[in-house]
This record gives sequence, C-alpha cells and structure tokens, in this order.
Amino acid sequence: MQQKDVLPMKAEKADKRLSAKPVISGSEAVIRSLIAEGVDTIFGYPGGAIMPIYDALYDFQDKVHHILVRHEQGATHAAQGYARSSGKVGVAFATSGPGATNLVTGLADAYMDSTPMVCITGQVAASLLGTDAFQETDVIGITMPITKWNIQVTRQEDIPAAIAKAFYIARSGRPGPVLVDITKNAQVGECEYEYVPCTHIRSYQPVPELRQDAVKEAAALINAAKKPYLLVGHGVLLSGAEKELIALAEKAQIPMASTLLGLSAVPVDHPLYVGLLGMHGNYAPNILTGECDTVIAVGMRFDDRVTGDVSTYVANAKVIHIEIDAAEINKIIKADVALHADAKTALQALLKEVQPARHEEWLAEFRAADKKEYDKVQHNELYPETGELKMAEVVRLISEKTKGEAVLVTDVGQHQMIASRYYRFKNPNTNITSGGMGTMGFSLPAAMGAKMGTPEKEVVAVIGDGCFQMTLQELGTIYQSKIGVKIVILNNNFLGMVRQWQQLFFDKRYSSTEMVNPDFVQIAKGFFIPGKKVTAREDISAAIDEMLATDGAYLLEVVVEKEDNVFPMIPAGTPVTTIRLE
Amino acid sequence: MQKEYTVTVYTEDRIGITNRITIIFTRRGINITSLTTAETEIPGVYKFIITVMSTREKLDKVVGQIERLIEIHRAFVHEEDEVVYQELALYKISTKSLESGDIERLIRENQARILTITADYFVIEKTGHQQELTAFIKKLEPYGLIEYSKSGRVAIVKWSRRFHDHLKELQASSEA
Repeated sequence: MQQKDVLPMKAEKADKRLSAKPVISGSEAVIRSLIAEGVDTIFGYPGGAIMPIYDALYDFQDKVHHILVRHEQGATHAAQGYARSSGKVGVAFATSGPGATNLVTGLADAYMDSTPMVCITGQVAASLLGTDAFQETDVIGITMPITKWNIQVTRQEDIPAAIAKAFYIARSGRPGPVLVDITKNAQVGECEYEYVPCTHIRSYQPVPELRQDAVKEAAALINAAKKPYLLVGHGVLLSGAEKELIALAEKAQIPMASTLLGLSAVPVDHPLYVGLLGMHGNYAPNILTGECDTVIAVGMRFDDRVTGDVSTYVANAKVIHIEIDAAEINKIIKADVALHADAKTALQALLKEVQPARHEEWLAEFRAADKKEYDKVQHNELYPETGELKMAEVVRLISEKTKGEAVLVTDVGQHQMIASRYYRFKNPNTNITSGGMGTMGFSLPAAMGAKMGTPEKEVVAVIGDGCFQMTLQELGTIYQSKIGVKIVILNNNFLGMVRQWQQLFFDKRYSSTEMVNPDFVQIAKGFFIPGKKVTAREDISAAIDEMLATDGAYLLEVVVEKEDNVFPMIPAGTPVTTIRLE
Repeated sequence: MQKEYTVTVYTEDRIGITNRITIIFTRRGINITSLTTAETEIPGVYKFIITVMSTREKLDKVVGQIERLIEIHRAFVHEEDEVVYQELALYKISTKSLESGDIERLIRENQARILTITADYFVIEKTGHQQELTAFIKKLEPYGLIEYSKSGRVAIVKWSRRFHDHLKELQASSEA
C-alpha cells in the first residue's frame, strides 16, 4: 500500500483539531468516524456531491486506503467481498444521483446475502432537496427496501452518531447493508466532533434471548431421531459457529449438508459432510431430505432454490430451525421447534443437551446415493479423457493446486454451480458468491475486495464469459491498485445456464444466449495484466501452475465444452426428491 | 380465508417510517384499506393502525417483516373481536336543510353532533363503524350532502397491556 504524507495544515485549523472536542468539517467527521470504527479500506468513486469527503480523505491517506473502482457497482461488490472474507464491515463511497443509483445492485445483493456493508453517498445541499437539482436522486426512497437501514444526514453535527448507528446496525444481529446519505452542506459545515460508538437502539434487539425450554425440546427431538439431518446455512459462518456445528454433528453422528452460502463452514473432506443442497447441489443431500425424520436447519432461510416445491419438502421430518431473524421462522417451512437465537449460542446450548448417538445405517444411505452420483455424473465431469475441456476438471485442478485453501469467488451461472460442487473447501469464509440475488458481474469486483480483506490468502475468481463482461472494467482497478487476484474465465461462448434451461424446458430454442466474445487475454493485456488462453486438456495443468506462480494478478481463459449441462438438477418448483442425474 | 384484520405497529418517530411499513404490504400485494397514525402516550413513539383484507397466515409473515425494521418496537395482527375500534366521519350539509327541522332529529337519533354552522353549510361529526358512517350518508343525502370525509380506524386492543409498560420493560432489559 502506497502511503503519502498528511498535508500540512494551517496553524489555526490544527489547533481546532487538537482540542478535546475539535471543531472540524462534516467531511472530516465522516473520515474520523470511519477510522474510529476500524475502517482501513474504502472502495469508491468521487463526484460533485461527495467531493468534500474525498477532500477530507486526502489528509488521512496514511490511515485509510481508498480503492478507486471503475463503476460504483464494483465498489459495492468489492466491499461485499472484503466483508465476506475478512469478517469486517465493507465500506463504499459514491456521489449523488447516478453514483448512488449504481450502488443499488450491490446493496440488494448484500441485503439478500446478509453482508455487513456501509455505503456513504453524497447528496445535493439540503436547501436543494426535492427540487430536481443536478444529480439529485431520492436514494433514501430507492434503497429503502434493499437496505437493513438507511438515513439522510442534513446537519454536520449529526454525522458521527449516524455513522456509529450505521456500523452497529450493519454488523449486529443478522448483518446487512446500510446507506448513509450526506448532504453537501453537512459535509462542508463545521461542528464540534466527538465519536461515541453505538451500542444500543431501543427499538432494535439484534441478539435474541435463547429460550432454554426450546433447547430442551429440540434436543429431545434430536435424541429420539433415527435419521437426523443438519442443514448448514450462511448463519453458521456469520456467527462463527463452525466448531460448535461440527462438535454437535460428531457427538450425535449427524450428516451435514450445506446451502450455497453455507459452503466452507464445514471442510468438504469431513466424514459427516454429505454435500451441497439445492437445485444444482448433490444427489444424496437432496434426495434424502425426503427420508430424514428430524431436520436441524442452522442459519438458513429455506430459499426456494433449496426447497423446490415446499409442500413436499422435508414432509416426513420434524423441523428444528435455528435462526437469528424472527421473520425467517415459519416464513417458508413451519418449524416444530424454533430456536430464535444466534447460531453459535444455540448450538452451544444444544451441544450440552444432545446425547451421543450413532446413525450408521442412515449415513450409509448417503454414501450409496453419493456413489450413484459419482458413477453417473462426477467421474465423467472430473476426469474426462476425450472431448472438449470441462468446467469441472478445471475446478478440480484449481482445487487440488490450491489445496482447497484459496478464497474462491464465483459469479453466477453454470460455472458457479460447478465450482460450488467441486471446489473442496477447507477453511471457513473461503466461498464468496452471489446467492440470493444471483448477480452476474459480482465476482471480479468481489474478488478484488476479498484480496484486500485477506491479502495473505490466494484469491481465485471463477467467472463465466457472460458475467465477466458485466464488470470487466474493474481490471483497471486491479491494475491501478496492484491487487493480486487470479481470474479464471470459463468460456463456453454461451450464457450457459440460460442455454441449459432453453435446452431442457424450451425445446432448444436458444434465444439470445450465444455470445460472440472478444479476446479476453488481449483485454487483460490492455490493462497490463498477464494472461493465457487454454483450449487443450494437456495445457491446463501447467497454465494453472503458471497463474498461481505469478506474482500479482493473472487472467486465465479456458475454452470449455460449448453445450455442457450442470447435473444433477431439480427442475424449478418441483420436489427436491425428483432430482435428475441426467 | 381473506377477511378484515387490524394491524397495529409501534414505531420510533422517523422520517419515512410510513413508507418502510407500507412497502412490506405492497411486496405481498396486500391493499391497505385504512391507515391511521399518531403519537402515543410515550413521547417519540408512534402507533400505526392499519386495516387490510388478507389472510392471517400472510399477515403473520408481514408483521414479522415489519418487526425486522430497526425503528419498529412491535407489530401485531388482530382479529375483529380482539379490538375496540371507531372511525370518525364529517358530513357537510347545506344550511337550508335546517329549515325543515327533521334533520335535527336525525342527528340526535344517530348520536351525531353539529360542529359548526355557517350561512351556507353546517358540519356534522359522527363516530362509529364504517357501515354506520356510510349508512348515515344515505340518510343525509335528501338534505343536500355537500362533502363527506372519514378517518381511518382508531383501535384499542382488548388484551394489550399499556404500551409504555412494554417500552419500560424493553428499556430495562437492554440496560441490564
């Protein structure tokens, strides 16, 4: 990180700043408040209505690193990647009007995937609000349904409290994105500055109190179960409950399956881990939801991509739902016992009450179904000897060569499902993907953020050719800020997942899904990023080695089978037990 | 089964809170038939009284999502028989109709009252349930109804504790 000296200040201004409650501009109050919250990295893009804040930032370059993205959407996804890999709150800046509206996709994505993020937008002066002034947009109104909280600040003296509240809300309870919109007059005006972190809001109870009677009821169900089943959601990672989860599974020998966002909470090679749930998940964990007699859903919200037809989902099972957000309990699937609590607290309590048990026959059912999937699908996908390169073999090689220890950042579509199915995650918070929103264009900027959040880790972005072209301008950010992210484009010259649906459900009418693509390696070269294009099976291993050995960013384009399909698959809206292997 | 429900929501005083609450109904395609809001006995805490036609199942989920909002204290769904409620209507009538004398009897019989009288019109106030208030329109029409205006529902929940007790408990538990 390049550091510059803080600019010298005028003596009078310096005196004011050094007093117990220094008198400073609203803009400086913004930066100081962020520093007080431990912020060291900001992703953003300047513009007229946020220029005073950027001006204040200039004096604090030794404390805060600002990454100049190429589009504000990139700032939000980068902040998401940063938050998801590091566990800290991601921060993004944008100006008013188009700057602010460009944040919308990232905010919605972070809201769906419970990612802690604080976005700060500049706004026109308070006197101009509501007059359709230049670059004025009602960003508060626009982002109301896609933020956990938002606020417009029109007075400089309110800035520290608003930021303190924003961070408290973003990171507590079920995390989420918060937007703070600050009018230009508030940025320029001066006020006495004092920062008091927020620890309490009287109408907001982020950590519910766990009811012990519910714990006992849940434990009784688990102790009586013949076929118990743990469903691992994102909440496990968000509450840092991985150890408690595994301890519970091991004590009572309960198989664990993961949702897309729960991936990496349990090492893939754990003997009780049985695979990925959902539409393109593994065969065994889906088909056996119809067999289990007790489900323990931990920090997951029964998304329709996991449940399929809800009327038949876990129909033969008692449902224990561990969930911090009360609104998720009984929203989709009725819980027999609800543990309204943080996942870690609930699992710790449950662990004391659950008796050791063995469920060997039940586990054997998973192994038998696994074998069926391996023989029918996986072996051919992972170890093909002829034909075009397959996405799965590329992912397998990346997984082997990074020992499952890289942060894998995927975009949306076939490559996402393949990477999620075949990357053998070893450590928590190493799977970063857009789950709830399914935002194409997510992974390149998210990978940048992930690398900034955890620079000590290898970060590999696996991206489809369609997704890459939605945010490829961030190659400029990667070059300028020297972010050593590895980019793998799995290029099938198609919007692959849409094409797969067209093939299976629209009589192969490939309406607007074939892509005529540019030379991706040349594009990377234009941004001074080295790269290579691979089309032959014999070259792929060495190319991945070269990519991983390169110091800094690298782009690897792999031309893969044009009309490959992702199986297994549960057709939308059908019972998960109808999962198809071909 | 769809029927009329009363939803009550206790909120902090915050710009845009109405919008935050109503978009949750909008997302699920529920039409709000009336909405009344005013400050409660606790300074800075507001009570929203919302009437809707919907199902209990849907509304229980809506209320959960409303409670998720940061500035919401609590939200409840009430069946018809769980609340005591009233609405208020104002009727503007031509002053000429007073000459007949019949309208005074009509006002008394319907437990209404006159609020103001001018040379051209007078204003009658009546409280009651919606059906009574709209039925009264029909009775007034022969006398020259000029304008009619009605409030949303104001409701008291039969089983509720006083809300400020709840708020005090909330404060005590968070300070503990």
